[in-house]
Parts: sequence; structure tokens; C-alpha cells
Amino acid sequence: MPFTVRLAQLSPVLGDVQANLERHLELIGQAQADGVDLIVLPEMSLCGYHVRDLAAEVALRRGSRELGAIAAATQGTAAVVGFVEELPGFELCVAAGYFEAGSLLHVHHKVYLPTYGMFDEQRYFANGTRIRAFESRLGPMAMLVCEDIWHPSAPMIAAHDGAHVLIVLANSPARGPRDGTWETEQAYDGMLRTYAELFGSYVVFVNRVGYEDGVHFWGGSRVIAPDGQELVRAPIGEEAFVEATLDPDDVRRVRIATPLLADENLDLTIRELTRIRDERTEH
Amino acid sequence: MSGLNIDCALVRCTLTGFIREELGKFGFTRAVIGMSGGIDSTVSAYLAAEALGAPNVTGLLMPYRTSNPESRADAELAAGELGIETLVVDISPMVDAYFEGFPDASKERRGNKMARERMTILYDHSMALRAMVVGTSNKTEILLGYTTLWGDMASAVNPIGDLYKCQVRALARHLNVPARIVEKAPSADLWTGQTDEGELGFTYDDADRVLYELIDRRRDCESLIADGLNPEFVRRVYRMIRDSQYKRRMPVIAKLSHRSVDRDFRYSRDWGR
Repeated sequence: MPFTVRLAQLSPVLGDVQANLERHLELIGQAQADGVDLIVLPEMSLCGYHVRDLAAEVALRRGSRELGAIAAATQGTAAVVGFVEELPGFELCVAAGYFEAGSLLHVHHKVYLPTYGMFDEQRYFANGTRIRAFESRLGPMAMLVCEDIWHPSAPMIAAHDGAHVLIVLANSPARGPRDGTWETEQAYDGMLRTYAELFGSYVVFVNRVGYEDGVHFWGGSRVIAPDGQELVRAPIGEEAFVEATLDPDDVRRVRIATPLLADENLDLTIRELTRIRDERTEH
Repeated sequence: MSGLNIDCALVRCTLTGFIREELGKFGFTRAVIGMSGGIDSTVSAYLAAEALGAPNVTGLLMPYRTSNPESRADAELAAGELGIETLVVDISPMVDAYFEGFPDASKERRGNKMARERMTILYDHSMALRAMVVGTSNKTEILLGYTTLWGDMASAVNPIGDLYKCQVRALARHLNVPARIVEKAPSADLWTGQTDEGELGFTYDDADRVLYELIDRRRDCESLIADGLNPEFVRRVYRMIRDSQYKRRMPVIAKLSHRSVDRDFRYSRDWGR
């Protein structure tokens, strides 16, 4: 059954979980009133990006009032929300939560935390340790967060684990204003289309907008179909809410016509990667 | 050089959004800008007027008695084009009163004092007008340290601090800044006949090229020299960056406790905004 996704390209308040939570609940309620099946918010949508020493203060535990309130709001419309999760061992992780039918169905912890150039994430957060597809009422999905998709192994694992839809939450800062867009946007555009085509999957990409301490997030959220066609794109640099209809049958059609996933030689890939890892650890 | 090319329409949209949002987060709708009649402060004023609306921007003209009269005329020309309010505060009485006590002060001391005098007037009007001080320092002068610490460097938000001089020029043309402001020789106008390029001993275009390679492309001096650039010039630019690093940092705090401001007490300025 085809279903509708709304991409909520917004600008969270930095470090004010309560203010962001109220807005999330409004947006989920509105999506439900509009008959939308799934609403996707950006990375760290409940707390903003440059939380730095606020990381522990904005972190939420499973079973917290805030996550409970979001879960309770998803009786009709499912929601993907970004937050900082505090694990039982007190690690802080950049988390993406998939909420449906009143509960938190699945959480992905950002695996690749950029700590170079303008980024400082490993100072504050712990790396995620797994990439898993999960079964939702809308079909098999996987979630990845921002830097995760700069590592092609991440969407590859997600697709081979059975995901038909890759949901990518991002806080991508704008850099390099050239030829009508940002160089960052051009890089993402190439990756997102490539992953949709190579992995025969829908790619739902939601990037935030707004400014934090002069850093500008470029937005440009979009949905790419499994054949590489872009279904919808939000504008660059401004709050926007756009929608697309995803048809699971398109995934089947594309994967039968071009059986790249089915043809993948996983044994060879695993064998060679194992060899490469073992040779590296010998040094 | 193609790497220094920018998409001016996208930059304009981003920087006006920057001014609007970074002021708005702190409850400000108004800006105050020191306008010298030069290209940098004119571009900042154009961006602020577009971001906030001309009635919400005040241009402060702060001439000294030896300032070139054309500087004031150019600032007034730009303000007139924008339809923003201007206020003229002559800094001669306070600067002269101060140096009556130090008659032998060098022209550099006098220049720095003027830049800092202007800063105090801008911040006084920030409070008087409930307006944020919008900065006018570009990336070239920030990196070279060709600027007065706590003087013209001081501001609340700076829209042009990540644009090299040649990029400011391109943006000025895109914004339709009057040609005579874009084309005249850049000058701090701290003493008669002063020009930036005369004082520095090189052109901004040459400096921008080296800065772009060293900073943005993370090249090293030796590889630029191997490309055929003047070794003395490349090393001089590198030294200027190194020797002015203190101007780009907050004052160094002697660490004593387990948590010190700006070292292991790390919060964004937009905390809670």
C-alpha cells in the first residue's frame, strides 16, 4: 500500500527540549489531521546541534516523559525524531527514534561521529554499534544519521538487512556557496541518488535549517525513488514541510528489473573485508 | 582564481538570514553599524538593511578632523541609497583631549585610539537604540591581523567575516553598491594619505590568493613557493597570520580549577535560543 511521508525541515531551539517537544507534538498532531502516514524530523530535532556541554542536560532516557509524550502522539501518524539518548551505562548517543502506534519501535545510534574540521562529536557522544533494518507498519525501514551516509557500508548494510526505505536525518552545515547551491548540497545530492539506485531503495532525507553561532544548515530535504528519480525537494535555507507518496511496489519492481542487491556477492565482500581488517591489525 | 568565486545571490540570502536570525534570537530587530564610506561597512549596511528593513538600521558616521571628507560623503551616499538613518559623531574632541596628555604619541597609537573610540560609541548606541552592533571586518584583514583589537574588530555579529576582500568586492557589485565605493583604494583613513595596500606593501588580490591556498585549501608555504609564488611574500603572509593569532582569541585565562571558561566550559553562544 502506498503511504505518505511528510519531511519536517525545521530549525530547533538549541538546548531547549521542552520548547522543541511542544513543537514536535503540534507537528505530529497536524500530520495526523492531514492524514499523513509518517512524519520525519531532522537529526537532534529535540535539542539542536551544537549542544556541546549541554549534551548530558538534553539527553533523554528510554521511558522518559518526553519520549513517552511523542510515542503517545503517534497513534495514527508514525514519527521519526532526533534526540540525544543516555544509555544505562551513561553513554550519550546521537539517536534517531521511530515511533508508531503509541510506542518507540526502533532506535538507531549514529555510528560515525565526525570529529574533524568544524565537527567535535566524539568529544561529547559515544558511537553507535549497529546498523539494523526493522519492520514497521509501513514496511521494512532503516535509519541513518548524517555522517553515517558518508560511509557507503552503512546504507549497504541497511539495504542487505532488508530495508526498503532508508531514512536519513541530518544536520548538515552549508559550506562552499557556488553555482546556485552549496558544495555540501551537491555532495549529498550525488550520494542520495546513488544510494537509492545502487540499493534499490527509497531514500528519505531530512536536513534542518536555521543558524547556530553563525553556522547555517541548508535544508534541501528530499525523497529519492528506487530508480533514482527525485520525488520532492524542499527549498534551500528555509523552513518547509513537503510530502511524497512512497509505493512499496516500486521497490519490488526496481529490484526485479535491476537485481543488484540479489546479485551481491556477500561472501566475497565479507571475505575480502575480513582479510583487509586482519592485515591492518597485523601492523 | 575559481576557488574564490562565490555565488553572490546565495551568499546574500544566507547573510541576510544570518543577520535576521542571530539578532532575532536575542530579541533584537535593530542594527547599528559604523559606516566609514569603505566597501566593507557599506556591504554590511546593505545586508543589514535588506535583512531588517531600512528603518531598523542606523549608520554611525564617526569622522576625526583629519579624516578624508570623501569618506563621509561616500558613507552618506550609501546611507542615502539605502534610506537608512545616519548619526554623525565627531570623535575629534575626545581623541584630542586624550592625546593632550600624550602629545608625542605615534600615529599608530592615535589610529588605534580612534578605532576604539568608535567602538565605544557604537556600543553606547547599541544600548541607546536597542540595536545590535553589526561587524564590518572581512576575512582577509582578520587573518592578517590588519585590524585594531577591541576596535574595528568589535561587533556582536559579523556577516562578512568569512569573505575575503575580493569576495566582498564581488558581493558589493552584486548588491549594486555605488561604483565609486567599490572601486576606490581601501583605506583605514586613520591618517592622511593612508591606504591599506600602501601600508601592507601588497595588494589584497595577491594576499587573498595566498590566504585561500594556506587556509581554505590547507596548503603549506613550500608548495605555494614551488608553484612559483614569491617566497618572501608567501612567508610574510604566513607570519602575519601566526603573529596575529592573539587577536582572534578571547583573552587567555590562567587555568586553576577543574572547569575554566572557554577551556572545559563549552557552550554555544546561541544556548537556549
